[in-house]
Amino acid sequence: MASILPLALHELSFRVHGRRIIDRISVEIERGSSTVILGANGAGKSVLMRLMHGLLVPSSGRIAWNDADARRVRRAQAMVFQQPVLLRRSALANVSFALAAAGLPAAERASAALEALRSVRLSALADRPARTLSVGEQQRLALARAWALHPEVLFLDEPTASLDPGATREIERVIRAFSAAGTKVVMSTHNLGQAKRLGDEILFLHEGRLAERAPVDRFFTRPASAEAEAFISGELPWT
Amino acid sequence: MIEALRHALALIGAGDPTLIEIVALSLQVSLSAVLGAALLGLPLGAAVAVARFPGRRTLIVLLNALMGLPPVVVGLAIYLLLSRAGPLGEAGLLFTPGAMVIAQTVLILPIIAALSRQAVEDAWVEYEEQLRSLGVEGVSAALTLLWDIRFSLLTAVLAGLGRASAEVGAVMIVGGNIDGVTRVMTTAIALETSKGDLPLALGLGIVLILIVIALNAGAYLIKEAAQRRYG
Amino acid sequence: MDLKKLLALPLLALAALAAAPAPAQDRYIVVSSTTSTENSGLFKHLLPMFKARSGVEVRVVAQGTGQALDMGKRGDCDVVFVHNKNAELKLVQEGWFVDRHDVMYNDFVIVGPKSDPAKIAGSKDVVAAFKKIAAASAPFASRGDKSGTHSAELRLWKAADTKPAGGWYRETGSGMGATLNTAAGMNAYALTDRGTWLSFKNRQDLTIVVEGDKRLFNQYGVMLVNPARHAHVKQAEGKAFIDWLVSAEGQKAIAGYQIGGEQLFFPNAAR
Repeated sequence: MASILPLALHELSFRVHGRRIIDRISVEIERGSSTVILGANGAGKSVLMRLMHGLLVPSSGRIAWNDADARRVRRAQAMVFQQPVLLRRSALANVSFALAAAGLPAAERASAALEALRSVRLSALADRPARTLSVGEQQRLALARAWALHPEVLFLDEPTASLDPGATREIERVIRAFSAAGTKVVMSTHNLGQAKRLGDEILFLHEGRLAERAPVDRFFTRPASAEAEAFISGELPWT
Repeated sequence: MIEALRHALALIGAGDPTLIEIVALSLQVSLSAVLGAALLGLPLGAAVAVARFPGRRTLIVLLNALMGLPPVVVGLAIYLLLSRAGPLGEAGLLFTPGAMVIAQTVLILPIIAALSRQAVEDAWVEYEEQLRSLGVEGVSAALTLLWDIRFSLLTAVLAGLGRASAEVGAVMIVGGNIDGVTRVMTTAIALETSKGDLPLALGLGIVLILIVIALNAGAYLIKEAAQRRYG
Repeated sequence: MDLKKLLALPLLALAALAAAPAPAQDRYIVVSSTTSTENSGLFKHLLPMFKARSGVEVRVVAQGTGQALDMGKRGDCDVVFVHNKNAELKLVQEGWFVDRHDVMYNDFVIVGPKSDPAKIAGSKDVVAAFKKIAAASAPFASRGDKSGTHSAELRLWKAADTKPAGGWYRETGSGMGATLNTAAGMNAYALTDRGTWLSFKNRQDLTIVVEGDKRLFNQYGVMLVNPARHAHVKQAEGKAFIDWLVSAEGQKAIAGYQIGGEQLFFPNAAR
């Protein structure tokens, strides 16, 4: 079965009340490496992620996956948001819910859900009401839920922006594990340190435009665009 | 007023079988109506909250406005439906508790639908992206939301229950206030008032209010406990 | 027809919810009668006797006479038991009802404030009393609701050659008890049947001021909704009730009903 990647964005624009939030972005997202979308707040990272994942409809331009089957394209992706949105059920039930929505037969759901929880080290909390977990645990659960579907592409929209350093480390560990297991990670962040730790390539957004695209090492040592240079030097190195 | 309180306490204390019968019927009718209206109104409210279709905003305004349906008008409409001279006369439902349940269900359906629509729409703002990301949309999304905000929906249901137990216009017309058959608390109060026995009427009124308070208190405690457990 | 069935299904389901614990088919009939008869307590006295005798439960829906007769015309009840002989006979003639019988009579009285602004207390001439009330523009509470009492009242105004109008004449549009509540609250005169008055508890400053005039005679009649017009009418049970009311046993039961030692209704079925 062919992969749904590469994802091709062509002259993609998104306008709200005449304002261009995303301004004619053309890029190809390929298999293999993990892609980090970097930029300041308001650069358009979240909107771009939602356009790619299909939650928003572009004002102009094209989004083309490598598969014509829209259902398979949808099923092969998952997304984790900045704030975890969990149902008023147990942690395990939240994962089972996603599996049921994806069409997994009931007999297989329980074991698949447990396995997902194990991968994020939440097995002990399987029966706890999800909403009573700490924010870090909730975000891990959201990750487990996304990964349980074994997506080809995992979108993560500033997944640790609301978390403390300890929880952040834990989430990053999980993301690295998923990436190593073969899932394509597309993650947005404004945190330089995190981008360095997790990204193989950087897509740098500035005011809705793709200002620069480069492998992570080159981006940080020899940024090609003036905007990228300004952004990098503006951030404190230890975040 | 003191005499009314005395009446109320005497009524409760004596455990008068007629009073118990009237209270039981009142609860039976209103709770059945709430059940029926919830089964119809909760999904309706959720559907309107989640779906997008032409005329949606008009429908929302209409639902909100119908919360103020005058009970006596509902009673009259149902009476005309159930009367032998009307389209559903053959069912022989007029002047039975069944007719009262139907009338009250129609009366409180807009309340439950409008309030649940508001609650679900507010929740949809929070849940929409995540649910759509998981491929959950339409009917599936509406039902998922309904279950997830079930404790908030309790308020809508209680509002409906309050309206049903308090009204007299609808049940009087379709029920006929028949002694031992369709006499409920509100129609009994109306009857005693028309007989001039005001202290007894007021006493019955106090009993009714106490029952409604007890129901609400019970529901509130359940809601609290559940929220603590589920977050 | 299909649409009706579609509409009926959920409604019936709802009705089933309420009907469920109720015992299955007791034999019963629906009798439409007046609020004054109901409020007098007569039915509470009579119906258990009839049930014991026949096994048929009588369910009384009490309204104004006009509404009760309309209900019979619509076929929403089996028997009608009201007190407006003229109207009853007319409707029998028009074919809406059959099997009409006189059952009993009671009387109307005029009640009014003890202060008696129209100076009619103790009078035995109701028509003259009405003239005096109008002349004095004394407050008068009327039922104004097509009831037997209201019709009787209008007949008396006609006999007194007076059209009651003006701020002193208040039409409440409601039952006897509610009208008496209003009269008590406004210190007004009112025409009421003795039965309702005797069991009325909110008299405040009101008392009987005029009684005994033959024109205050109030005849009650009972009749069956015409089965030719409404096939679903419970003929057998309805007839059983009518027959019992005019039988020696029923008439005795009616005479036996008292409030505070006073007989309210006087049986006068033709023998």
